[in-house]
Formats: sequence, C-alpha cells, structure tokens
Amino acid sequence: MRLQYPTNIRIVRVPCTGKVDVIHIMRAFEKGADGACVIGCLEGECHYNTGNLMARRRVEQAQKILDTIGIGGQRAKMFNLSSSEGPRFAQYATEFTQQIKEMGPNPIKLAKNKAA
Amino acid sequence: MSVKTPSKLEKILSEGHLAVTSECGPPRGSDPEAITKKAELIKDHVDAINITDNQTSVTRMCSLAACIRLKLMGLEPVLQMVTRDRNRIALQSDILGAASFDIHNILCLSGDHQSFGDCAQGQNVHDIDSMQLIQTVRYMRDEKKFLGGDEINRPPQMFVGAAANPFADPFEIRVPRLAKKAAAGVEFIQTQCIYNLDKFEEWMKGVRDRGLHEKVYILAGLTPMKSVGMARYMKKRVPGMDVPDEVVQRLGDTPKEKQAEEGIKICIESIERLKQVEGVAGFHIMAIEWEEMVPQIVEKGGLYPRPKVD
Amino acid sequence: MIVADKKPVEEIIEYLKNHKNILILGCNECVTVCEAGGQKEVQVLASALRMNALNESKEVKIDEITLERQCDHEYLEEIRDVIDQYDAVVSLACGVGIQFTAEQYPSIMVYPGVNTCFMGATEKRGLWTERCQGCGQCILATTGSVCPVSRCAKRLFNGPCGGSTAGKCEVNPEIDCAWQLIVDRMKALDKLDQFEKLCPIKDWSTDRAGGPRKVVREDVQQ
Repeated sequence: MRLQYPTNIRIVRVPCTGKVDVIHIMRAFEKGADGACVIGCLEGECHYNTGNLMARRRVEQAQKILDTIGIGGQRAKMFNLSSSEGPRFAQYATEFTQQIKEMGPNPIKLAKNKAA
Repeated sequence: MSVKTPSKLEKILSEGHLAVTSECGPPRGSDPEAITKKAELIKDHVDAINITDNQTSVTRMCSLAACIRLKLMGLEPVLQMVTRDRNRIALQSDILGAASFDIHNILCLSGDHQSFGDCAQGQNVHDIDSMQLIQTVRYMRDEKKFLGGDEINRPPQMFVGAAANPFADPFEIRVPRLAKKAAAGVEFIQTQCIYNLDKFEEWMKGVRDRGLHEKVYILAGLTPMKSVGMARYMKKRVPGMDVPDEVVQRLGDTPKEKQAEEGIKICIESIERLKQVEGVAGFHIMAIEWEEMVPQIVEKGGLYPRPKVD
Repeated sequence: MIVADKKPVEEIIEYLKNHKNILILGCNECVTVCEAGGQKEVQVLASALRMNALNESKEVKIDEITLERQCDHEYLEEIRDVIDQYDAVVSLACGVGIQFTAEQYPSIMVYPGVNTCFMGATEKRGLWTERCQGCGQCILATTGSVCPVSRCAKRLFNGPCGGSTAGKCEVNPEIDCAWQLIVDRMKALDKLDQFEKLCPIKDWSTDRAGGPRKVVREDVQQ
C-alpha cells in the first residue's frame, strides 16, 4: 500500500504469532531493543485456532518479568489486526513508536555502553 | 437400656425421659466467670452442658478446663473433643485428665478446618478421626487399656457421644454413617441444628429402618434464629447447614423488633413436632451467645422441670 | 510427578546479589512437565537476570545448563569439570534435585529457583493437582482408588465430615470432597457396602512423622 510508517521498526516474520515464545521477547530486549511488539491476527481468526491467544499470554508473562527487573513491561505489547488492514498497522506502528520514544531508550543499552 | 457409666445424662436417657442438653462457648481469655455466669443462666433447665472445643478453629480456653469448672459447680459437663488439634497421645491424656475430675460425658468430633479460624497458617493434626476417637474412648473404658496396650490405672467411665449431620452431602450415606458410628461404639448423638424438619424426618426414617434408634440415643439439635440476617447467613455461609426458604421468608416478613421472638417461636414449634418423631430421645439446644433464652425455650417447649436423678 | 512452581524473580535476584558467576541449572523431568524448571524456564530466567544485572551496572556471567535430572549422581557428574567457574548455582529442579546437587558440590552455594509443592498429576496443561503425600502404607484398595490422606483436607479415614457441601470441601468450594469421590467411585464399582467398614487407626510411623525415610533394596544393590 506504500503507507508511511516509522523506519525504526524491524519486522521478524513468523508463520503464526503462536511461534513466539517468552524467550524471544526477552532476547530482543537483552540485545538492546527499545520495544517489542507481537502482531497477530484478530482473535477468533487465527489460522491455527489459538496461536494468537497463546501469544497474548506469553506477552503478558514477559511484561511481568520486564517490570520486575526494571525494564518496563509497557515496552512489550500485543496487537491484533487482519492482514489486509494496512492503514491500521501503520497507525499502531506510529503510536507504539511514539509511546516508546516517550519512555526513553532501553536501560540495558545505556548500561551496556557504560560497561564498554 | 441399662447404664454403663455414672453419667447423669445416660441415666436420664435410660429412664426414658426426653433429655435436654445445651452448650457454652468458652471465652477468648482466661476469665472463669465467663463460663460460670453462662452456666448459672441455664443450669436448672438442662441435664448436661457441652463445652465446645476451639469451635470454628477460633482459639479459646480449652474445653477440658471449662468442663472442670462446671464440675466444681456441681454441674454435668459434656467434654467436646476435636481431633484437629491433638494427636492420640494428647487425646488419651486429656481423656484421663477429664476422668480424674469424674467428667462422664464426651463428644467426639473431627473439628472445623483451621482455615476458618484465627490461626489459618497452623498445622492440623488429625492423627485419628472422630470415629477412631469413639473407638478409642470405648477401648479405654471397656478394655481399660491405652491404645498402645498397657493397662490404665482407674480407667475413664465416659458416656460416648458424637455429632451427626443429616443435612450434609451426600445425603444417601448419612444414615450409613450413623450406622458406622454405632458400630464404632457411640452411645448418644447430638445432631446439627434442624430447620428443615421434613429432611430430618426422612433421615430419622432411615435411622429407624436400621434399628439405630434403639442402639443410640439421638438428641435433636436446635438453634433459635435471632434475626433474618442470621437465617440468611446460616443458609449461605455455613457448610452443612440446611435452612429452608420458608424459614428465611417467615423471619423476613416479621418486623425487625419482633424477629427474635419469632425465632424462638419457630424453635418451640420444632420441639413440639420433634417430640412426635419416634427415635428422638431429647434435645440439644445451642443458643450461642444467647444462653439467656435457653430457660424460656425449655419451659415453653414443655420440658421443664428437669427430672431429678441421683 | 513432583509439581513445583517458579519462585518470584525478585527473590532469586535477592539471593544472587553478591555473586558474579552464576549457573542456572535446569532439570528435564518433572519440572519440565509442570513448566517450572525445564530448559525454557532456564533460558527465560537467565535472560531476566542478565538484563537485571546490566540495569544495576553489575558485571555477571550467567550460564545455562539443563541436566536430564538432578536426583541421580551420574547426571550431576556431567558438570563436574565446569562447576569451579561459578560461585553460585540456581537450581530449578525440585527440592530433591537442589539438595542432591548441593551434596555433590558442597563448596558452592546452591539456591532454589522453584518452590516444590506436592506429588501430583497434570489435569490439563497449566493445572496440576495433588494426589499423593507418600504416607508409606497405601490404602487405595479400600477407598476405591481415591486417597483420603492427600485429597481430604482433614485426612479422615471414615469420612465425609459434616462440612461436605454439594461434593465440595468446606475449606474451598473449588476442592472436591474426597469422600464424595470415594462414595461415587464405590457406587460405580457396586461396592457401597464397603463404605460401612470401619477403617482402623493409621500407622503414621512410615509417614514424615516417623522421621526421614528410606527404601532399601539389597537385591539390586551392587
């Protein structure tokens, strides 16, 4: 559709968000990502039935851990949309980027730079 | 039935009178007057007084000490003993302690779970259950031995009782459960308080069909309702309690200031109906924190004066 | 199997505050099945601890190993050559594995990463419930294969008590009344007459009351 959305989003494709596990989200932040969002099909429309539902619960688990260790659970988020909803994707991407910018960079990045 | 112990309660029942017992809850402190005052209120209207044992797992003065206090007043105590808090050593030990003061009645119970009380984080013991406690007391009394097999010096002479709840689930095993207790050696039963008289009569029919009413004295439990709030609470929140809608309705339709009076009326009507039920050998009136009403209930229920036995 | 639950991350962080070289040791058996201490959980915990350390400007090394189990010497031997690199181990095995690991490696601190709960079964993924307390004298033959020791809150042998309501325990309406289950099972087996047999007083000397226990089989000892 050639819509505009922020350039700082790196997309990792998976066959279904059900493939995403807690460790994948954790590793993203370990490697310095400022935010991680899991974008899945609308609930009830998962091609594999419950993949996106499991993904949501895993995102929630990761959020809890990230809060406990001071990274901030709000940096991880789950979005649901249909693959044809290009404009909504652009909208979510923009909103999420804005939200992360307001939260500031991942504290891990700063800590790593200091250590280096 | 002939008597096996010096128990006054057993004597009254064996002579064919309708027995009347009541209960006192010990204080949450060490003031002996908390027991003696309550006992004074009811002593001429009952044959024996139960002392509860850390009821609903709320820590109180122990039943044994309060029973001794009653005995020193010249009254007839019923020692309630739950298996939740003591192992078999302590249970046998307390039984001997009671026997040393010539306490002749014991009620064997499992006890409410500790999560209901003030020490929900505590351990529970349940070394033996209530039926095994019945067997233990009978063994100590009749075989004159400890569970371990050694002889007992001056064995306890206790009239053994237990509780029965015709209203708990599953209903189909409530009569077999009474049969089991009878086989274990129980001699008298105090039932959970009765509001659903139809269900109670159904249970009694099952009891009579098996001849259990001739092996065991059954005392029907009654608790007067103070208010519609109490009725609703007992209906919804107390496990194993059956309060029919009609009772709640009847109290609800009564103006607030007259509800207590209505509750007493319901209690008296129950007594009259239960007197007609074959196999009911007496009444156990539990008016917790309302002991002052017991004399009135006994008198209006036509159960006063109490028979004199030596 | 033995069912355990993950300890809160904050608690583990607190244990490790003075350590720099940490090994997270998982177990491939029971704790993997109840998703508390298997390889996946090791990875997530290690990642969380690493990020936490960076956040607190601490330099720590956190390694991850998952053994087949931690209650057998032969598997614990597999880390013999590397254990000296670490000054602390967080074991995600059950209480047995944690202790056995510590016994093999007494000069290193071994912290528990899980709370070990009970012997139970998987009713469905995400729900594990207790079935056995290891009393040492199994009476399941007389109770229709439902255990009153582990499933009755008052471990009554001649139940139910007067608090059983609609098949549920007075302690918690989500807990089945064990004696209702026993009655139902006996009915299904057409053995309700057994219900009236009095169960004799239990010998608890083979339970924890008798002290730490052991099983000896000389016929298989080498």
